[in-house]
Amino acid sequence: MSHLDSTAPAPAAASGDARRDDEVVLSARNVAKSFGSVQALKTVNFDVFRGQVTTLFGENGAGKSTLMKVLSGVIQPTSGEIVLDGEPVRFASTTDATRLGISIIHQELSLAPNLSVRDNIFMGREIKGPTGIDFAEEARQTRALMEALDEPIDPLTPVEDLRLGQQQIVEIARALSVNSRILIMDEPTSALSASEVEVLFRVIRDLKSRGVSIVYISHHLEEALTITDHAVVLRDGVMTAYAKRADIDLEWIVRNMVGDNFDLGSPPTGHTIGEVALAIEEVSVADVNVPERSVVDRLSLTVRAGEIVCIYGLMGAGRTELLECIAGRVPLSGGRVLLEGVDVSRLSIAERIDNGLVLVPEDRQRDGLVQTMSVGENLSLASIKAFTKGLLTSGSRERGVIDESIASVHIKTDGPRADIGSLSGGNQQKVVIGKMLATHPRVVLLDEPSRGIDIGAKAEVFKLLAEGAARQGLAVIFSTSEVGECLSIAHRIVVMSRGRIAAEFGADVSKEQIMAASGESVVA
Amino acid sequence: MSNHSHTARRQGGGFDLGRMLLEGRAFFALIAIIVIFSLLSPVYFSTGNFLTMSSHVAIFGLLSIGMLLVILTGGIDLSVGSTLGLCGVVAGFLMQGVTLDAFGVTLYPPVWVVVILTCAVGAFIGAINGVLIAYFKVPAFVATLGLLYVARGVALLMTDGLTYNNLGGDPALGNTGFDWLGFNRLFGVPVGVWVLAIVAVVTLLALARTPFGRWVYSTGGNARAAELSGVPVKRVQVSVYVLSGICAAIAGLVLSSQLTSAGPTAGTTYELTAIAGVVIGGAALTGGRGGVRGTLLGAFVIGFLSDGLVIIGVSSYWQTVFTGAVIVLAVLLNSIQYGGRRKTAAQTSATPSSPAASSGQAPGDGKSPAAKPATQH
Repeated sequence: MSHLDSTAPAPAAASGDARRDDEVVLSARNVAKSFGSVQALKTVNFDVFRGQVTTLFGENGAGKSTLMKVLSGVIQPTSGEIVLDGEPVRFASTTDATRLGISIIHQELSLAPNLSVRDNIFMGREIKGPTGIDFAEEARQTRALMEALDEPIDPLTPVEDLRLGQQQIVEIARALSVNSRILIMDEPTSALSASEVEVLFRVIRDLKSRGVSIVYISHHLEEALTITDHAVVLRDGVMTAYAKRADIDLEWIVRNMVGDNFDLGSPPTGHTIGEVALAIEEVSVADVNVPERSVVDRLSLTVRAGEIVCIYGLMGAGRTELLECIAGRVPLSGGRVLLEGVDVSRLSIAERIDNGLVLVPEDRQRDGLVQTMSVGENLSLASIKAFTKGLLTSGSRERGVIDESIASVHIKTDGPRADIGSLSGGNQQKVVIGKMLATHPRVVLLDEPSRGIDIGAKAEVFKLLAEGAARQGLAVIFSTSEVGECLSIAHRIVVMSRGRIAAEFGADVSKEQIMAASGESVVA
Repeated sequence: MSNHSHTARRQGGGFDLGRMLLEGRAFFALIAIIVIFSLLSPVYFSTGNFLTMSSHVAIFGLLSIGMLLVILTGGIDLSVGSTLGLCGVVAGFLMQGVTLDAFGVTLYPPVWVVVILTCAVGAFIGAINGVLIAYFKVPAFVATLGLLYVARGVALLMTDGLTYNNLGGDPALGNTGFDWLGFNRLFGVPVGVWVLAIVAVVTLLALARTPFGRWVYSTGGNARAAELSGVPVKRVQVSVYVLSGICAAIAGLVLSSQLTSAGPTAGTTYELTAIAGVVIGGAALTGGRGGVRGTLLGAFVIGFLSDGLVIIGVSSYWQTVFTGAVIVLAVLLNSIQYGGRRKTAAQTSATPSSPAASSGQAPGDGKSPAAKPATQH
């Protein structure tokens, strides 16, 4: 995706460095943020330099987004302060932050697709003329902004007609139109094509030369390294490292992100790997929006009982679509899925669960938990049949199922009646896993099971899976976007890229090999 | 109400302070209404009056229970008032005798056949609603609004706008007994109230103690998560509309029996009263929260309030104002109570149209605060 070879420490970045080196515009001082019992940020100190790019590195759940939300006024810190131009400030809301020149561009764009570029840029602060809105003046300013960004889009174009990269530039234009001095970009390139990334980086360099400071978050490490001037690494809510671009390399970032000495486990051994439990044959999944395109492209994969397979891939590689297709959530457009030799491609989700094939979805809030139900009701939701006699459910037998789940996946809770929202992210994830394991499956699919949970919970989840494979002969497939997790409990590592298997490795592979195979540092 | 409490408690997670306050709210409102009207009118506080008022409540109560099921799944059923009217007319039509020209005979079905056929009509309307909503993704509001018009129109067409007055049947034809449903009393209590009680207990049991009940709550709480847990979400959605239609049909039978006539305009705007009952009872319109006890209390609050206003001679215009004020107050209290929790629920139903989600990607870590609270259907 990125152009590592062509752009090492960019010349533009170097010239920006030389001019004013240490002028701090915005800094966080001892900022901490807790959500209930979960501490997302623990006393972070962090500086943003004028006219330079500061990139935040960190794994999922390291606290990057939380820090960004604190800096942009989306949420208020539990303790600590934010210093802008040497003065402590408090943002009650994003409006406060915007007024002081801080804008955030979210990963999911916040444009109204049905409105024109002009209307989006002036949304909420329309220029008023004698006869209502002064559309001509708005259009004139919009045109000027877009030209300054080298993207001369007609102000009347509906945003939905623009490519994603262009939409992002419209967001940037909107931020500039309110005289933002500090732009926070959360994963701006995740949905962009390589050429669009080039345009974005050109815009960023241009902004720097105008004195705009940029805070950048990205999972594409090499890509971020080409544009950044400063690197800050967060891990588990703590800032673990800071350095200037010139002093660091990729290896330094990965080492500080992952930490050297945390053990996520190793592939379980000593049990017999059994028969093929799940066989995926030439499976394709069509893109929801562009049916001619396949997000999963004639992919074949087999997993045996007792085996753990890790699917690694960048965003958009098709991991989620593949797993959702196997589980029955998404229809396949070709191929078939065999569960212990039986074709389950036409079965419903419920029937696949009955046959022993379950999915732990990626987004536990959206797809995993029923927020209106208690911990116990969530845990027993997938195995209601197990405690139903005739027409009625049995309270005592349900209690048995729930207690067993709480014990076996080690959920820390006040009891089965506790509100599901009262649990920490890691425990919520264990509820989702426990719920699916309570159905006594033989094949378990987990989509990014470690997403948004702390490192301790991560290790526990992996331990659970390893035990399941070793003791019960579970076939486990889990996906991840973190290289470190591939090298934990998986017997095999499958690297996905553009809907296909790009490479397959044994447990003795190196991080660099995996990243190379995923297309992360290959010229597009 | 005490016999309900232990079953409902088993429904799990049930007895936190919030829910106690919630249920207490409707309960205290009912007490207040009874006390106030008893002070204002000497005839209000009497067994006879309570029974009369209860038989009025029975109609709204039946509709509200059906509505509760729909609302628990995150839907809404605007067609119940029209379904009630149509089912009353169908019952009336059947009681007049069905003339089959081809055979030159007129059939007079016995009352139990009439009851079953009428319920089938209600179920059929509900099934249309459910299929439109679950399989064709028509928003519940629009689908049931359409059926509201269609059902009312069919009722008017069937009678040419006239009312069936002769529902008594004829002993010679063996179809007597229709008036028993609403008009008669069993152990001194109107049969309509018994019907409500039975429907309420069955629904309570179904919600608290059957897989179906769990499915209803989980579908309304988070349909995506429920589906991935093996809940047949679409079937659940169709079922609740069918059940709501059947409840409306039963209400239509009871009402036309109470009035001993079946008019095509019966039940107009009753759907709104039914929704009001559910909301006053503390159910969340976003789905997943609520119960039979609260809904019954809500129906009684509305019924006892409006009858009380009639008894003390307040004009019907003022009655409308009072009823509206009570509904607004109830919704206000609901949103205060659920306000904190709703936020997390709203984030979960992230907009599927967002660029990151539509290309099926992992949106990095954390949820974007830009995710808009999408409405559920």
